Amino acid sequence: MLFPAELKYTKSHEWVKMEDGVAVIGISDFAQDALGDVVFVNLPSEGDDTTAGEAFGDVESVKAVSDLVCPVSGTVCAVNEELLDEPEKLNKAPYEAWLIKVENIGDTEELLDAAAYEAFCAQEG
Amino acid sequence: MGSYIPSTPAQRQEMLQAIGLSSFRELYGDVPAEMYLDRPLALPSGMSELEAGRAVRAMAAKNRVYDVILRGAGAYDHYIPSIVKYIPAKEEFLTAYTPYQAEMSQGLLQSIFEYQTMICMLTGMDVSNASVYDGATAAAEAAAMCRDRKRRVTLVSATTHPDVINTIRTYCYGTGDELRIVPEKDGKTDPDALREMLTADTASFYVQQPNFHGLFEDAEALGAAVHEAGAMYIMGCNPIALAIMKTPRDCGADIAVGEGQPLGLPLAAGGPYLGYMATTEKHMRKLPGRIVGETTDDEGRRAYVLSLQAREQHIRREKAGSNICSNEALCALTAGLYMAAMGPDGMAQAAKQSMAKAHYLADALCAIDGVKLRYSGAFFHEFVTDMPKTEEVLSALSRAGILGGLSVEGGILWCATEKVTKAALDKTAAIVKEVLAK
Amino acid sequence: MKLIFEKSVPGRHCSLLPACDVPEATLPASLCRDTAPALPEMSETDISRHYTELCQQVHGVNCGFYPLGSCTMKYNPRIDEEMAALEGFTAVHPLAPAADQQGVQEVLDTAKQYLCEIAGMDDMTFQPAAGAHGEFTGVLLIKQYHESRGDHKRTKIIVPDSAHGTNPATAAMCGYQVVNIASGPDGCVDLDALRAVLGEDTAGLMLTNPNTVGIFDHNILEITRLVHEAGGLCYYDGANLNAVMGVVRPGDMGFDCIHMNLHKTFATPHGGGGPGAGAVGCKAFLAPFLPHSATAEEPGHLQVRSFRGNFLVVVRALTYLLTLGREGIPEAAQNAVLNANYLMARLKGTYTPAYDRVCMHEFVLDLSDLKKATGVTALDVSKSLIDEGIHPPTMYFPLIVHEALMLEPTETEGPETLDHAADVLRMLYQKAYDDAEAMHTAPHHMPIGRPDEVKAARHPVVRWQPEE
Repeated sequence: MLFPAELKYTKSHEWVKMEDGVAVIGISDFAQDALGDVVFVNLPSEGDDTTAGEAFGDVESVKAVSDLVCPVSGTVCAVNEELLDEPEKLNKAPYEAWLIKVENIGDTEELLDAAAYEAFCAQEG
Repeated sequence: MGSYIPSTPAQRQEMLQAIGLSSFRELYGDVPAEMYLDRPLALPSGMSELEAGRAVRAMAAKNRVYDVILRGAGAYDHYIPSIVKYIPAKEEFLTAYTPYQAEMSQGLLQSIFEYQTMICMLTGMDVSNASVYDGATAAAEAAAMCRDRKRRVTLVSATTHPDVINTIRTYCYGTGDELRIVPEKDGKTDPDALREMLTADTASFYVQQPNFHGLFEDAEALGAAVHEAGAMYIMGCNPIALAIMKTPRDCGADIAVGEGQPLGLPLAAGGPYLGYMATTEKHMRKLPGRIVGETTDDEGRRAYVLSLQAREQHIRREKAGSNICSNEALCALTAGLYMAAMGPDGMAQAAKQSMAKAHYLADALCAIDGVKLRYSGAFFHEFVTDMPKTEEVLSALSRAGILGGLSVEGGILWCATEKVTKAALDKTAAIVKEVLAK
Repeated sequence: MKLIFEKSVPGRHCSLLPACDVPEATLPASLCRDTAPALPEMSETDISRHYTELCQQVHGVNCGFYPLGSCTMKYNPRIDEEMAALEGFTAVHPLAPAADQQGVQEVLDTAKQYLCEIAGMDDMTFQPAAGAHGEFTGVLLIKQYHESRGDHKRTKIIVPDSAHGTNPATAAMCGYQVVNIASGPDGCVDLDALRAVLGEDTAGLMLTNPNTVGIFDHNILEITRLVHEAGGLCYYDGANLNAVMGVVRPGDMGFDCIHMNLHKTFATPHGGGGPGAGAVGCKAFLAPFLPHSATAEEPGHLQVRSFRGNFLVVVRALTYLLTLGREGIPEAAQNAVLNANYLMARLKGTYTPAYDRVCMHEFVLDLSDLKKATGVTALDVSKSLIDEGIHPPTMYFPLIVHEALMLEPTETEGPETLDHAADVLRMLYQKAYDDAEAMHTAPHHMPIGRPDEVKAARHPVVRWQPEE
């Protein structure tokens, strides 16, 4: 299981990468493994506001659905629409398959570094 | 008394012993004594099959069966091919549960997949669900699909069936959303009023085609106005009319729904009927209800399954868009069977003949002094006449074995289908003439 | 097998309609569709064979044992079908004058009399078309009641975590916030958990009793009393009524309204998923809020579908009720409970019941240990049952039991069927140790093996398209 060191993580298993004041958000390798085969992802639209700690979409497997929790408050500036056609990318390459990009960042959830997140997952698993 | 329990009294005693109990009362040990029913139900004794059949037949005999039905208003007396009555009575179709176990339900799943395809063909849409309860709930579910946090107002044309309006209103009441009625003008949706009522919080607009008065709406123009305001466009279409009428897709609808009863289901005092619901690929994941999808099995063979289940209440719980689980599967099977038996040509014939007979009746009635069409617009198989003595007219027709149209304020809403003969229509006109001449 | 469209032959048709005997009326060109729908073109023989082929790939209650928990798959008597097919019922227009529908009214009135007595309720509507639709209707009764009293602070509906998904979905459709409460270790309502969430904002509680693990909640009077004390109302989800009809009445348990699944408890067939009927009963004080048709005489009411509901389903249920009568109704419940306990006893010692005690009409097996020991899951056992001609039990429900299989034999099975099913289940338990692989890939003798559900959901194909 991969925990890239350059990323930050939430306890709800999203990853965040900061790029010039824009937060790129995805789900972790641990999350995709727990979900099983992802069949669809519901994403917000560009221009929608997000709130730290609240759901911005959800991800579906055949027999389950899980909320995607936004680590930051802000405005959605990009949506990875490729995932609508190829949700399997979330399973194959969770750290490449970003979900949304958020700008105008305000509040931020408590974020873990890779080592702390790996330890957190070890407890959960 | 009747019973469908195979075990004999002796076997029941043996079974009780096998679980270490001596009486049925002990099976209900958790039931507090103060509520355990220690008296017989205040109901008649049970009956043999012969007696029960006799009792229910006696009730059926108290209903009037008309030779000729000229009443529609949401329930239509079309011809039902004989095979359409018999095949759904096959016990496998009749007694199975929802096909969650795909390996032992391929026949059901395939029949639903075929039904979905036929509904898509009729409506021009990309995806249909496996049915909902009826046309009114299909409309209400479609309106609910369109609402979100920003757009919470549902607009419905005043020319819609009152049951449909009231059902949409009830679903809106549930979620605390608003329904507004778009007024009519000359029997059709007033397009100017619609444009004024479309605002940034409008979720959708619903129009019935042909409408409650039988008239064709200017569906494309209405749709264009709705889309200009960024709202969704829902059309409720008569499925027989769709055999010849421009599809909701071509009229710009985002969602097509309707009452499926005309597709081979009897009038049956109001049900069971079925609601069909279809939409474009864009909105597929918001469509409520069961949907059958094609896939392959572990050996690569074509297979059908209940798919996209993550939309549904058993997975999404309070976040599901709808709570529907049981639908009208057997009615959907019947509708698919009806469309196969009629074929494209038979469906078109049913539509054309219904329309021709309604126009023939309208002409015959309007030739009578005191009778005139209420609206001038083009109509399908229903129309409203303004006329005096409506109750006397309907009574006289009833005495002649004809169920006349539905009494509406100051007039009658008539309907004709392919089942009605020219002779019956001539007789109807003659009776009306006679009553009005008195 | 081929789809009906793949059997279509251009130009082929059935001879059904005569030539038109009146002049043609023309549809304005702007209203015409571009091309005819590509519906199949078939002879009657083709159609008969096609649907026969389809029905041979369906397992109905007529084919064999169907112990699908919480679905009450009892035998559906043929006389009920015969009655529902009488022309005196099928040919009645829903808007025919009342004088022409006296028999329809008698069916509805008689069914109401029977069902109100069974439920311990005072009034009833047959408009809801299914169980979930009945829930929606029932919770709307609760909503209207509070609003009629000017009590607008009640925003929450309490639902146990073991509930069917329809309960929370229904509450949300009625604009309520859902408060899930944890069940106790026996699957019953935890009274402390209930007390903790009750308050001025409680609109009501939705509950099945027996609950979703097949146990009668012996605290039921205390539960309904607590809810009433807080000003809320109690809704009885009739999904499990078959265990107790004629033995104990929801009205006597303290419930204010109820839906009954005529297609479960009262033997009307499921039809592959519907039509059902969700008759909703209530105490007299809620009767003013029952739904009506806008085309009926009483305007100003809510309405949950057109006309008066799935009438022919009520005809079937009434025929069944008349047949059973006051003796047969409790007898059916008692034997449903007996059969469940007997089957559970036959399986004990091999399988582990999730709750080892007297059950009601259904029980839950917990296959966690088998999975740990052999890797064989509840799903594998279910799929293996298919090869044995037995419909699988409900799998993975309720969610509070892991590797759950929920069995509901119903009263219409004799001990021979139950013995056979127990033998097969025990054989499969042993097979899990001997040949787990065969069970992971079951079924082996059906028209298809396990379908790829991931593929179906990722890249949906939901209609047939002609090849280009």
